[in-house]
Amino acid sequence: MSALFILIAISILVAGSFLAAFLWSVKAGQYEDDYTPSIRMLFDDGTTNPEKQSTPNQ
Amino acid sequence: MPQADLDTPIAPTAETAPECYHCGDSCATTHIQAEGHSFCCEGCKQVYLLLEENNLCTYYDLDKNPGLKAKGRFSDNRYAYLDNPDIIRQLVQFSSDTQTNVTFSLPQMHCSSCVYLLENLHRINPAIVDSQTNFQRKEVFVRFDPQSISLREVVELLAFIGYEPYISLSNSETNSQPRFNRRRIYQIGVAGFAFSNIMMLSFPEYFSAGNIGIEGLQAVFVWLNVILSLPVLLYSAQDFFISSWKSIRQRYLNIDLPITIAIVVTYGRSYYEILTGTGAGYLDSGTGIVFFMLVGRWFQDKTYDSFSFERDYKAYFPLGVTRITAHGEEAIPIAQLVKGDRILVRHEEMIPADAILMQGDGRVDYSFVSGENTPIEKKKGELIYAGGKQLGAAIELEVVNDVSQSYITKLWNNEVFHGKKNVEKSFIHPWSKYFTYALFTVAIGASIYWWIVNPTNIWPTVTAVLIVACPCSLLLSATFTYGNMLRILGRNKLYLKNASVLEAMGNVNLLVLDKTGTLTDASKQELHYEGTPLSASELRAVQAVCRQSGHPLSKIIATQLADKVEGTLPTIEAYREIQGQGIEARTGAYHLRLGASSFMHANLPPLLSDSGTNVHVMINQTLMGKFRITNDYRNGVDGLASRLPGYEIALLSGDNDTERKNLEQLLGKDIPLLFRQTPQDKLEFIRKAQDQVGKKVLMLGDGLNDAGALMQSQVGIAVSDQQAQFSPASDAILNGTEVGKLDRFLRYARAAKPIVTGSFMLSILYNIVGLSFAASAQLTPVVAAILMPASSISIVLFVTLVSSMVAKKCGL
Repeated sequence: MSALFILIAISILVAGSFLAAFLWSVKAGQYEDDYTPSIRMLFDDGTTNPEKQSTPNQ
Repeated sequence: MPQADLDTPIAPTAETAPECYHCGDSCATTHIQAEGHSFCCEGCKQVYLLLEENNLCTYYDLDKNPGLKAKGRFSDNRYAYLDNPDIIRQLVQFSSDTQTNVTFSLPQMHCSSCVYLLENLHRINPAIVDSQTNFQRKEVFVRFDPQSISLREVVELLAFIGYEPYISLSNSETNSQPRFNRRRIYQIGVAGFAFSNIMMLSFPEYFSAGNIGIEGLQAVFVWLNVILSLPVLLYSAQDFFISSWKSIRQRYLNIDLPITIAIVVTYGRSYYEILTGTGAGYLDSGTGIVFFMLVGRWFQDKTYDSFSFERDYKAYFPLGVTRITAHGEEAIPIAQLVKGDRILVRHEEMIPADAILMQGDGRVDYSFVSGENTPIEKKKGELIYAGGKQLGAAIELEVVNDVSQSYITKLWNNEVFHGKKNVEKSFIHPWSKYFTYALFTVAIGASIYWWIVNPTNIWPTVTAVLIVACPCSLLLSATFTYGNMLRILGRNKLYLKNASVLEAMGNVNLLVLDKTGTLTDASKQELHYEGTPLSASELRAVQAVCRQSGHPLSKIIATQLADKVEGTLPTIEAYREIQGQGIEARTGAYHLRLGASSFMHANLPPLLSDSGTNVHVMINQTLMGKFRITNDYRNGVDGLASRLPGYEIALLSGDNDTERKNLEQLLGKDIPLLFRQTPQDKLEFIRKAQDQVGKKVLMLGDGLNDAGALMQSQVGIAVSDQQAQFSPASDAILNGTEVGKLDRFLRYARAAKPIVTGSFMLSILYNIVGLSFAASAQLTPVVAAILMPASSISIVLFVTLVSSMVAKKCGL
C-alpha cells in the first residue's frame, strides 16, 4: 500500500506545478490584456502588399 | 413661415461620390486620386502614401476605411513642449542613452487595423524599436532610440497617421501605478489550489466515516491538509484580517468582521482537533470560505481599464505652452506659467489660464466649458477665460491669473471636490449587522441549552454555529448580483464606477439633464432654412461663399449644402468677412450677404427673433430668409420624459434658450428648463434640491462645466462620444448613443435591491438548515463540506440567472 503514499506525493506535485504555472502566467502579464493578442495573431509578418509581392514560383 | 425644402428640388449627390479610401468620408467636395484610390483630402492621401511606401497596406485590408481623418503634418510648433526635458521626464517610464520607453493613450484606437499599424511603427521609422498596443486600455507602449528620434518626433508621427496621443498632466502622474491588481489574483490562485486539494484529501475521511483502515494514511492526509491550509490562512485571507482589525479600531462593525470570526474559529477548531487527535477538522470549509469570498470580491471589483472616473481639470489642460520672451519662443511646462507671461496659443489649442488678448483675432470655442455652441469672438484687450479652445490663427495672450486660480479651475476649489464623495451606506449594511447579532444569539442560546443538557457539547456546538453560519452566501449574493448587473450595463455602454453607484441609481428621484453634448450630439447639427425658397443656383452661390469662411456656422452650411446641391460651384469675387458680423461676396449675377441680422440692411425689420445660431441671407439687397442651425437630438431623447414616470426632471443648460421650443416638445412643457447656467449655478441647483427638498439627484452631463454638478449629485453620469477618455470626474460614463436608454437603466437599477433581498432569503434558508445541524451538535465535517459550497454556488447561480432575466425584461 506504500504505492498510495507515492501517488499522493505525485498528485500534490502535479497540482503544485499547475499552481506555479498559474502564478507565472499572472506574473508574466498574460491576464492584463486579454483582447489585443487575439487581433495580433491575425497579422502576417513581412510584405503583405499584393502589388509589391513577388509572384510565387511556378 | 413657409419652410423651403432643400431635399426635393435637387438630387442628392452624396451617394454617387466615392468614399475616401483612407477614412471613409465622402469625397463630394474635393476629390483626390492616387494609385487608383480616392481620397477626401490631401492629408489622407499623404498617410496612404506613407503606409504604401512602407508596405503597410494590410492596414486597409483588415477593416474597410479604417483611417482617421488626417489633419496633415503639424508643421508648426504644436508639440514643441515635448522637447522640454522636464516634460519628457514626466512622460517617459524609462530612459537611457539608447532606449526610451513611453506609453501613450490613444483614444482613437478602434479596430484591428489600428493595432496592426501601431504595432508596425518600426517599419515606418526604424528608430522606433518596437511598439505594443493594449486595445482595451487604448494604449500603445513604444520603445525608441532617443539618439535618432525624439519624443516629439514620435508624437508627431503618431499624430500624422491619425492617432494623436492624449497627453495630459494628470495621466502622466498616475501612469506609473499598475492598474491590475496582481496580488488579489495570486491570493485567489493559492486559495483555490489549497481548497481543491484539501477537499480531495478529505474525501477518504468522509466516506470511510473516520476509519480509513491503512496505517499512517489518515495522519498523512490530515497533516498535508494542515500544510496546504497555512498559506491560505497567512496569505490569502490577509485582507479580511486587516480590514476587520481596522473596523475594530474605528469601533465600527463592517462585513469583514463576521468573515474573520468564521475563518478564525474554523481554523482554530480544526487545528485543535488535529493536534489533539480528536478529529480531522473543517479545513476544507475554512479554505473554501476564503476562496469563495475572494472570488466574489474579484468579480465585483472588476473595473473598466480604459476609463478614468477620477479626472479633474488637469486632465484637460495641455502639458506645455509656448511662452514668448525677449529671446523668442520657448516651450515650457504649464506649471511654470506665471502671471504676466506672454503666451502663444495656436489653432485648436487650449487657453491654459485666464489671459488678456494682446494680438490676433480670438475666436474661442467654449463648448466644453460652458456648453455653448457658437465660438465667441474676442478682440484685442479682452479677457479670455481659461478652458476655451482657439480656432483660427494663432493669438498672443498675457496671463493674468495662475492656472490654478483661473475661472474654470476655481470650480475645483469648491469643497465638493475635496474629500470623498458622501456615499450612502448600502442597504446590505444593516442586514449584516442583524445577521451578526442573530448569529451570536443562536450561539449563546445553543450553549445555554447544552450547558443544561450536556456541558461537554458546549464548545463543539458554539464553534460549529460560527463555522456554518459564515455570512458567505449573504455576501456573495450581493457581490455577484451587483457584479453581473455592472457587466450587463457595461455591455449596454453604461460603465459604472462601482457597485454602490448601482444602488444609488436605484434610489434617485430627481433627474438633472444637461443639453449640449448630453441630449444633443455636439458633432451633428442640422440645417434648416426659413424664408423665400432659394433656387439651385442661389444655393450653389451660398455654398461657394460659405466655403471661403472659417467660421463654424459657415462651415456647417457649406458641408450640409454640399450634400444637397449639385453642379460646379461658381467663382467668388470681392469676398469680405467682418468679424462677428458676417460675410459678403459677389458671384456671377448675385451679390450675397450672409450673417447676423444687424449685418443686413439696418432699415430692414428683423425677420425673426435673432440668436447666435441664425445666419441670415441677403441676395441682391433682398432679404431672402435665414438658415437656422439646430442641434441634433440624440436617438431616444424624444419622449424620454414620458418614459420616466415617477421622476422629477430638470434641464440645466449653459447655452442660450434658442432651443426652448424644441426641448419643450421633446421633454414636455412642465419640465423646468434653465438656460445660461454657469458651472456654479448648476452645482448650487443640485445642492439646493438635495438640502431643501431632500432629493436624490442623478445628473447627466458632459464637459467641464458639469463637473461640479456631477460631483455634487448622488449619481453623476458623464455622457461621452466614443472618446470615453475625455469625460470629467463622475460615478459613471455613458456612451452618447445610449442616452435614450436612461429609462431602462433606471428601471434595471431599481431591480437590484429586490434581487439581492430575494437571494438573502435563500441564504437565510441555508443558514437555518446549517444552524439547526450545528446547534443540535450534529455538524460533522462532511455536512459542513457539502453545505458550504452548495449554498455558495446555488446562490451565485440564482442571482446571475435572475439578474440576467430582469435585464432582458428591461430591454437591456
